[in-house]
Amino acid sequence: MYLELPNKLKGLQMMSANLAKEMFRPISRKYDLAEHEYPKELDMIANMLDGMNDGEQGGVAGATQSSKAKKPDNGEVKNGSNMASLIGIQELCWGDTGLLLSMPRQGLGNAAIAAVANEEQLERFKGKWAAMAITEPDAGSDSASIRTTAKKDGDYYVLNGEKIFITSGARADLIVVWASVDPSLGRAAIKSFAVEVGTPGLELARLEHKLGIKASDTAAYILDNCRVHKSNLLGDPEVKVEKGFAGVMETFDNTRPLVAGMAVGVAKASLEKTKELLKDCLKDNYTTPVNNLSAVEAGIYKMEAEWEAARLLTLKAAWMADNAQPNSKEASMAKAKAGRMCNDITLKCVELCSGLGYSETELIEKWARDSKILDIFEGTQQIQQLIVARRLLGKSSAELR
Amino acid sequence: MSKPPIGYALAAMNSVASSEWIDKLGLRNAIEKLTYQGTKTGFQALGAATRQFKNVNKQLNPTRLDKPKGQSDLFDLSITDEQQMMKDTVQRFAQDVVRPAAATADSAGFTAPDLLAQATELGLAYFAVPESLGGAAVEHSPITNMIVAEELATGDLGIAVAILSSIGVANAITQWGSGEQQSKYLPAFLDEKPLPAAIAISEPTPLFNANELNTTAKAAGDTYILHGKKSCVALIESAELFLVAATTEGKGNQLFLVESSNEGVTIEKSPAKGLKPANVGTLVLNNVKVPKQALLGDANINYQTLLNYSRLAWCALACGTAQAVLDYTIEYANDRVAFGEPISHRQSVAFMIANIGIELEGMRVMTQRAVALAERGEDFQRAAYLAHIFCADKAMEIGTNGVQLLGGHGFTKEHPVERWYRDLRAIAVMEGGLHL
Ligand SMILES: Cc1cc2nc3c(=O)[nH]c(=O)nc-3n(C[C@H](O)[C@H](O)[C@H](O)COP(=O)(O)OP(=O)(O)OC[C@H]3O[C@@H](n4cnc5c(N)ncnc54)[C@H](O)[C@@H]3O)c2cc1C
Repeated sequence: MYLELPNKLKGLQMMSANLAKEMFRPISRKYDLAEHEYPKELDMIANMLDGMNDGEQGGVAGATQSSKAKKPDNGEVKNGSNMASLIGIQELCWGDTGLLLSMPRQGLGNAAIAAVANEEQLERFKGKWAAMAITEPDAGSDSASIRTTAKKDGDYYVLNGEKIFITSGARADLIVVWASVDPSLGRAAIKSFAVEVGTPGLELARLEHKLGIKASDTAAYILDNCRVHKSNLLGDPEVKVEKGFAGVMETFDNTRPLVAGMAVGVAKASLEKTKELLKDCLKDNYTTPVNNLSAVEAGIYKMEAEWEAARLLTLKAAWMADNAQPNSKEASMAKAKAGRMCNDITLKCVELCSGLGYSETELIEKWARDSKILDIFEGTQQIQQLIVARRLLGKSSAELR
Repeated sequence: MSKPPIGYALAAMNSVASSEWIDKLGLRNAIEKLTYQGTKTGFQALGAATRQFKNVNKQLNPTRLDKPKGQSDLFDLSITDEQQMMKDTVQRFAQDVVRPAAATADSAGFTAPDLLAQATELGLAYFAVPESLGGAAVEHSPITNMIVAEELATGDLGIAVAILSSIGVANAITQWGSGEQQSKYLPAFLDEKPLPAAIAISEPTPLFNANELNTTAKAAGDTYILHGKKSCVALIESAELFLVAATTEGKGNQLFLVESSNEGVTIEKSPAKGLKPANVGTLVLNNVKVPKQALLGDANINYQTLLNYSRLAWCALACGTAQAVLDYTIEYANDRVAFGEPISHRQSVAFMIANIGIELEGMRVMTQRAVALAERGEDFQRAAYLAHIFCADKAMEIGTNGVQLLGGHGFTKEHPVERWYRDLRAIAVMEGGLHL
């Protein structure tokens, strides 16, 4: 048992931290103010990362690289691609979450493709930037109730519906769209389709104006008789009612710890800056009982403890994935804990830093806006609690809704 | 070579499996409770009579345990096969022996000597005493010690403290004691009637800070004179040896081995909100004169590190007890019907349980991290400090929600949640008492 980062990941960590510091931080405020403007600086960074990722076992910013490991044959413990991706993402989000989410070719859609596409599709979509479109105006948390349809017409599917909140939707090359091939068959009929931007019938409706992560664009699309070739259906075209929803949802076991990692990174940024600003008030060195300290110092230590707990839970979830252990419950635990921890800490830091924390001179107020989304997307706080509760109590989704 | 540690674990597993213990305990508890209560009221008395220490096998230099070796630097949450076996053994003991005895021990205010004797068979003391002094310990493994504490506490926190109190003192002597102290005291922990002992650090002052002690140790010739009061000391009536923290002139805070029959040592029975099976009370030191050799170890003993080991022990106990709360509330919420369906079908109930699970998992990884650092001899000050803040906070939250989830029934002694509620308050309060 040992819960420290191994040396072999420390290099990656340092590299990501440097990138975050030298490339993200300097333009962090700029794109917070210039919402919807494309952060062109990212192209260069992305090219650089592509080169690095080719040679590495885990990517720096790659949701793409995280996946279920095969069981190691020799029983040896692994610190693999899930942990590597997590570390990279965490450090980059210390720099800027919005920019991380805008990294070309590192979208959630890429993760989905990596998880379910066949060989031919993997080859064809290689190097493409893929966004993910599940959410609809009337279906968010309840993603099984989406209404977008995909009707078979010869060699094509005809897609109709409305998708909202698509991260990088206006910047990506293609969008992975969830649609039902037969609404009468329920959730098992939901399939994902790679729809290339520019396909007739795929119309950009708008970009959202948001509370935070403004560097990341969030698009809404209308699908109006959008014809997609059947070879763009990802995974198995058959509707297997007995298999249900599990397949598509599995992707989330891998991506939830990554979003938790984002939260760990943002909270770290905020706490670190706050400690720096308050350094004259912090005299103790983790020795005096917390109730004998000043309120500020006690508060800082308590936040640090919360942060460590979330960080370790997140590492645990990734470690389990790397070692082929089922981690659905732990992934949700990590996401729930990290999401609320990050929101609590970033808000408290604004409070502790008073006017300085609240003003745009520092990034502390920005982190406290950015943090909110991390407790919402990839499953809200409540949805994570629901998943954990069902697992612990042994309840079905019909019993515990 | 003496019996390897795992041998004791296996031997113990066999004895747990036989239901004899439980039967024996079941019979005895009721009788003992009656006789015991009859003799007890608030009083100040002499402590237990101290045995004659044999001091055979005298060693000049202390024996220190090795660090477990051959470990990679990978992030790794798995435990060794030996640790797994230890875990299984203690888990069974906790379920089959400790839990059934918990309510009685709680109302009696002490753990039946019988049960403590059964616990002795687990061989835990052998892990604390080096081979050269008759024990089986070769390596010092805080990880294994955490596993033991955590599993024992799934049975009952107070009983776990009663069992681990003496072993904590043994661990401390093994880790810090001089050769003479080791050969004098350590074999006694392996006696047929093992030496009951307790670490005494807390004092009866509000906002107690273990770094600013009121208990003093003044050097006077060949002796130290100890003066002060220690609160919430475990095994107060039976302990024959206390490891007492006191502030010295020039040497900062130090620990002293004080035998219960030293002149000037008295005890006050002062039961607490919880931890009743641990028989906690106040240790009064009225100008107690001890020889210079009673100072634990030499000047290089690290008082802060000792505090950290103690805090981590409390964290481990908190994890075990919180696990008990989680298991119990899951079962209860699935069984209990209100408004036509199990209460667990309601989110405000289910989410509370989810949060117990989440925060408990956080407590566990925080403690594991600190303990694993300690095991390798790396700096674990910050990790232990943060683990303790976190566990103290979440343990109480879990304790109070445990009662809440059972409603009025949780408020009665029909269920163990009210006991866990009282016990878990201790995590934030206790300093010392144990040593991983
Ligand atoms: C900036 C941003 C980027 C996003 N990026 C993407 C993307 O790339 N792709 C994509 O598909 N989606 C994306 N989303 C959508 C996001 O995943 C959803 O917003 C989220 O899952 C919640 O859905 P909702 O907004 O419809 O809220 P709702 O589902 O309507 O939930 C509203 C509230 O009710 C609670 N709630 C809902 N159901 C339950 C229940 N059963 N029990 C208890 N409480 C419940 C929720 O927790 C929440 O508090 C993005 C959203 C934003 C804001």
